[in-house]
Amino acid sequence: MPGLGPRNRAWQYRAVPLWVYVVAAAGALFILVPLLGMVAKVNWAQFVPLITSESSLDALLLSLKTAAASTALCIVFGVPLALVLARAQFAGQRILRALILLPLVVPPVVGGLALLYTFGREGLLGKSLTVLGIDVAFSTTAVVMAQAFVALPFLVLSLEGTLRTAGQKYEAVAATLGARPSTVLRRITIPLVLPGLVSGAVLSFARSLGEFGATLTFAGSLQGVTRTLPLEIYLQRETDPDAAVALSFLLIAVAVVVVALTYRTPRLPRPAADAVPETAAA
Amino acid sequence: MRKMFRKPAAAAAAILVAVSLAACGGSAGSTGISAAPGSTPALSGTLTVFAAASLKPTFTELAATFEKENPAVKVSLNFDGSSTLVSQITQGAPADVFASADQANMTKLSDAKLVSGSPAIFATNVLTIVVPPNNPANITTFADLAKPGVKVVVCAAQVPCGAAAKSDEASAGVVVKPVSEELNVTSVLGKVTSGEADAGLVYVTDATTAGDKVKTVPLKLEHPTVNKYPIAAVSTSKNQEPAKAFIALVTGPSGQKVLGDAGFGTP
Repeated sequence: MPGLGPRNRAWQYRAVPLWVYVVAAAGALFILVPLLGMVAKVNWAQFVPLITSESSLDALLLSLKTAAASTALCIVFGVPLALVLARAQFAGQRILRALILLPLVVPPVVGGLALLYTFGREGLLGKSLTVLGIDVAFSTTAVVMAQAFVALPFLVLSLEGTLRTAGQKYEAVAATLGARPSTVLRRITIPLVLPGLVSGAVLSFARSLGEFGATLTFAGSLQGVTRTLPLEIYLQRETDPDAAVALSFLLIAVAVVVVALTYRTPRLPRPAADAVPETAAA
Repeated sequence: MRKMFRKPAAAAAAILVAVSLAACGGSAGSTGISAAPGSTPALSGTLTVFAAASLKPTFTELAATFEKENPAVKVSLNFDGSSTLVSQITQGAPADVFASADQANMTKLSDAKLVSGSPAIFATNVLTIVVPPNNPANITTFADLAKPGVKVVVCAAQVPCGAAAKSDEASAGVVVKPVSEELNVTSVLGKVTSGEADAGLVYVTDATTAGDKVKTVPLKLEHPTVNKYPIAAVSTSKNQEPAKAFIALVTGPSGQKVLGDAGFGTP
């Protein structure tokens, strides 16, 4: 197995021009200074009562529950999607990829409207669902759907990238040794791309946690049912800016903890070294 | 491909740097409003009007009228929720005139010593029930909203339309259990026009704007909650004269005609 040993790693090219550091610092400040600005606004004396009010706790709990559920949905549908996009070859693949990634670039409100006109009571599929007695509008299910809609591309994108850079050598070897495609997928591919899958899932979770526009448009806003933390923040801002700031800080803290616990430097998995010339050529 | 990316990337970097520099510079202040000091009797410059979202159709029309009457003045409009506008102005947004959908938000602005003179009430608004055109839940009275299984959408109590809904419910003795408490009145209307909800409580002016996308069912209250819309010039504005002229237009006969046609009540 011709992997890069620690000795070889030391020889990687690491020089960065000085001006790049300067611009990078400006970019980092652009993200960090506003965060500081918000932290400076937190009313620490009232912080605990503000975030432990009944409506705040309901919102936090709902956000964690729905974000976990939508992340699960993203894994269930996102892994096969990423595999198909990275490995299979068929007509219209590029167009499919572009369309799948669309929720990344359209405003979430637009996503919410699309869901509404599809699964809503008068929607494309919603009419038949209503006949069957299924009513998603104004339910927690609608929140999960809205979150999964905007978060799915994050997992697909992250996993597809890892699948491509991981290369297919080991899978090919396993296949020549008689492993069936499902076995290759389970024993070789998934373990190989696990870091990409985990970081994709974390991104999806974080995106779900922050979802606002699609939820508001598609699911509505009712305490304990559909009013997630971002919606609660927006509402509190109307009358109690201190509460809004405290909850914003809480949301950021939760996101930071989740990301820090699971999301590490996007380092290529070891066997990826084989694929490096390929990526450089692209 | 490479070359194509170069320029936009450089531009984006320049913007980032500019923004971060501005952030580091602290409050740059509201410069750039172009009313010349010692202005002549003829009004000129750019007049920035911050107005509540429900005033969008009427104020857009009135701004055009004002520009026609004062060709040297350009009116720039910013519509949003009243509380959002107040926080923007207190954070230094360059507004010359503020028109609020309720008195509470105007009070917030005058508490911040940002109101010049005393605000004038120029319009009133009351709530009404709106239902989808086919009226799926067969709503004919306010009390019908309390029937089980009826999907009612209202504003959350934190926003003016929600506060009005709460007090109308109390005065009618109707206990509505909404399926959603939206963050603004536009969202309530949207849920009704899309057919998601069986009924919603919105302002009569919103119902007028929605036209035949909704059917209106009057609340028929003896003492409906009346929302009063105040307007005032912002004290930090350098355009006090055009601001006063615009307020005079809104509170004058032609302004009142436009507002009345849109369904607003007269103060």
